Amino acid sequence: MQALRELARDLLAKGEVAVVIGWEEGPRGVRPAFVTRPEDADRLVFDARCVQNLATYLNPRRPHVAAMGKPAVCVKGCDARAVAGLVRESQVKREDVVLIGVRCSGVGPEANGPAVARDIAPRCAACDATEPAHTDHVVGEPATLPAGHGYDERLAELESLPAEKRWAYWQETFARCTRCNACRQVCPMCFCEQCVQDKTRPQWVESSPHPRGNLAWHLTRAMHQAGRCSGCAECERACPAGIPLMLLNRKVARTVEQRFGYRASADPAVPCPIGAFRMDDRQEFIR
Amino acid sequence: MDTKGDSKAPFEPRLTAFVCNWCTYTGADLAGTSRLQMASNVRIIRLPCTGRIDPLFILKAFERGADGVIVSGCHPADCHYTSGNYHARRRFAIFNELSEFVGMDPGRLTFSWVSASEGAKWRDVVNEATEKARALGPFHAYPTAQDPAFEPEEEVAHAGA
Repeated sequence: MQALRELARDLLAKGEVAVVIGWEEGPRGVRPAFVTRPEDADRLVFDARCVQNLATYLNPRRPHVAAMGKPAVCVKGCDARAVAGLVRESQVKREDVVLIGVRCSGVGPEANGPAVARDIAPRCAACDATEPAHTDHVVGEPATLPAGHGYDERLAELESLPAEKRWAYWQETFARCTRCNACRQVCPMCFCEQCVQDKTRPQWVESSPHPRGNLAWHLTRAMHQAGRCSGCAECERACPAGIPLMLLNRKVARTVEQRFGYRASADPAVPCPIGAFRMDDRQEFIR
Repeated sequence: MDTKGDSKAPFEPRLTAFVCNWCTYTGADLAGTSRLQMASNVRIIRLPCTGRIDPLFILKAFERGADGVIVSGCHPADCHYTSGNYHARRRFAIFNELSEFVGMDPGRLTFSWVSASEGAKWRDVVNEATEKARALGPFHAYPTAQDPAFEPEEEVAHAGA
């Protein structure tokens, strides 16, 4: 933590960056912090409560952050994949941002949990990014990952149900959706100037919280995350209705991994699988 | 055609086909000019390329009461735009698994490659998809999802038809 603060202070004092985006202690757990003065660098913290993916502040939908000047962003190894996604899709230039990678041994499920996670979040269970890659700096002690439960068990459980049961489960789950769009707003990868669900001529997705439009929205959201989702689970955390959005994201990510051999990568040079193809992609489902 | 609301009439499924202009549409045209007999349950929507077909089109078709959807285009290496069908193949590989995961019956969704010379294959694809949809019954689960007020759209009778 001290190394993180010193680095932030140094970057700000030298004028290399105008703002360091990190985490700080808030009234209800850890919250995102925007540090602009070197003397404020001591506000920064990092522990198992730092669940937020700060890459979302690089999203071009947030011009007020860009207006602050060149940022340094604290990223966990997983968050670096979201930054890479934005660079890959030409939403941010890599040289316009300084990445401070923090070694992470898994975060808890909530920002107001214990500083040392008793139970790590499901997304951390199969983490391969405890050591941040493709960042400008790396701080923190070498991390080891405690054991935990990922999404795949729940996925397998759902997949083993008959189709009608799955349909009923998702209908029931999506019925809770109020279409508040928190999942979209928090997502670092949702940067369309006009979201397809806001289009009215023609209206592709019914915008009222109706089961029909809800299904179309959630399937569309999951499809648009194919090969792009960094797996940060912020959508699920932001969802006030407790919809397990990560099950859909994980399902799609696993399909992409199995079929196209692609995993969300922190290297912007790796192409997105949905924008690429191989002549010999499997096509057993096509007659 | 029978309206779906009428329980006495035998069920006739309604299918939507999204096809590419260059191969499958021409193939379907060939099937017609060759006077091949096939099920008349499919409404064709012609698009420039399978790469133009968004999974949302499929959802919209189901939403509006389709009992089955066919997506068809050029064989690999035959795309008029060189690579549209390869991109579509990746997209639909994902959508196919995702839609099954949320409980849609994979039998309602047919993907095929039909070239401009494969009129007979188009007939087979149409007949098979229609039979599958017929066996599965009306897909009211989607449009009626917790909306008991849903009523299937009436067929529009064309004057002189």
